[in-house]
Amino acid sequence: MATVRRRPVARRLLMHLLLLPFLVFALFPFYHMTITSLKSDQELYDRYAVPLLIRQGATLEHYSKLLWDTAFLTWTKNSLVVTLLATTVSVAVGTVAAYALARLKFFGVSTFGTGIFVTYLVPTSLLFLPLAQVVNWLGLADSKWALIVTYPTFLIPFCTWLLMGYFRTVPKEVEECAMVDGATRIQALMRIVLPMAIPGVVCALLFAFTLSWNEFIYALTFTSSSDQITASVGVTSELVRGDIFYWGPLMAGAVLGSVPIVILYVFFLDYYVSGLTAGAVK
Amino acid sequence: MAIGSARVGAVPASVGIRLREMLDRERFLGPAFITPALVFLCVLVAYPFVMALYLSLSNAFVGRPSQLIGLQNFVKLWSNEAFRQTFQNAFVFTGISVAFKLILGISLALLLNQQLWFKRMMRGAVLLPWVIPTALSTLGWSWMFDSLYSVFNWTGIHVGLLDPPGPNWLGQKYYAMAAVITVNVWRGLPFFAITILAGLVSIPKELYEAGEADGAGPLARFWYITLPLLKPVLAIVILFSTIFTFSDFNIVYVLTHGGPINSTHLFATLSRQIGLESGQLGQGAAISLYLFPVLVFVVWAQLRFVRRQAH
Repeated sequence: MATVRRRPVARRLLMHLLLLPFLVFALFPFYHMTITSLKSDQELYDRYAVPLLIRQGATLEHYSKLLWDTAFLTWTKNSLVVTLLATTVSVAVGTVAAYALARLKFFGVSTFGTGIFVTYLVPTSLLFLPLAQVVNWLGLADSKWALIVTYPTFLIPFCTWLLMGYFRTVPKEVEECAMVDGATRIQALMRIVLPMAIPGVVCALLFAFTLSWNEFIYALTFTSSSDQITASVGVTSELVRGDIFYWGPLMAGAVLGSVPIVILYVFFLDYYVSGLTAGAVK
Repeated sequence: MAIGSARVGAVPASVGIRLREMLDRERFLGPAFITPALVFLCVLVAYPFVMALYLSLSNAFVGRPSQLIGLQNFVKLWSNEAFRQTFQNAFVFTGISVAFKLILGISLALLLNQQLWFKRMMRGAVLLPWVIPTALSTLGWSWMFDSLYSVFNWTGIHVGLLDPPGPNWLGQKYYAMAAVITVNVWRGLPFFAITILAGLVSIPKELYEAGEADGAGPLARFWYITLPLLKPVLAIVILFSTIFTFSDFNIVYVLTHGGPINSTHLFATLSRQIGLESGQLGQGAAISLYLFPVLVFVVWAQLRFVRRQAH
């Protein structure tokens, strides 16, 4: 009995042991970032100090420097405004488009579906140069509104593609029943289909939020004034003076700039996992 | 039903009812529903794309009227040392990164598919690099690769693997490329692992039991059952990753800015440097259009593949 029981446990231990290097690889950068942000400058720039631990006392001076001596709070506010608006618009537009693609028959539906798929694969770095010109013509140069307008170009195809998969899982019959009972198609969509596809909508919201919070090349190209840039751009460009890197505040900025995503992530982990696979596999 | 209510809709004052009628028909509702998306994509994707084509065929320079000059930009790029280096970098970077992500991704997925304690937390930890803003996490890496205070060098020297002072990661040609690839693998591995894991979970257990009954060892089961059934998922993951690795910008921009001496430049970073920082819009657009053939290939392969799956 005992030997039969011990073997799976030994095997399990071995699996955890094999998993350990992967976990260290994944998490060490965050650990190192965090302890660096809490070290005093004296320890930070001591070539003989142990870089893996905090030995000379933790300090919040880098955080206070970041929050009060730089425009970090403005950058974060910009990030939030841009992300929330772009996410709302994209999920709304994506939802109706996905419904049309999943359920309705009309002229050009398959062409449009292919078009959405193709734009889903277009990398942002392919079009940022001409988009910068378009942004200029729209009079949005160096404004966060440029980002609110351009982020949907990669968010809408993503949301549409993701939600199409979810709408297809709602049985057609449920909707048809509602329409036989006198509901219009829009009522059926609002009251029956959408509530049933809520997990998909939550997923789309989460991913759209994450993608726009993390966006970098558009933000870097279309905005440059300190009161318009986002957190990622602010931390990477304004905390470096020429060749001098202020590592303490830089790491503090990297930590704080990731906080909103980490909070969402902790609460909605399962949605992230399912959305990630749905986006690629469906 | 439709005919009856159409008569009601004919009452002159009820434009609202007629509109509602129209929206109930798929022929009208469909186009109405896709219009917002279509407008966005035409104005901000299709139009810029046409403009990219135009720019790449012109001698556009920031703040100056431009003329069409045919394919000169594309041809001239080949006499540019930085571009030739970039072209080579893009393939080295993409090839090595994707290969590592694939092998490590399969291994990690197989491990995560085992009986584990805290399974959900493990998955969460593994996925974390993928959700954190890349520009910010790459900053963390550039501190770890710092020429004086690199934690890798410190650890390596103290374990006895490296001779002090250790490599200057971001300042030497091959080391810089290795650093950039490492960060890309770090950030892309979760996508591979979690997607492949989803593929693994969907393989019926009976197949493994049957294999075991027929005397197939773990390796044979992996080779003859797991791999063939994973093929569709692997193909999709590789295609996705190829396009997004090839067009990567954030990691190189933050970590090395393309240096030292262009040895880590990718199309996206070089196109920004030439198109924006030195103002040669035409040349810059031509460089970023070199991403286009890869995009076309990936789209073609995906569509062919998706269609084959549907039948």
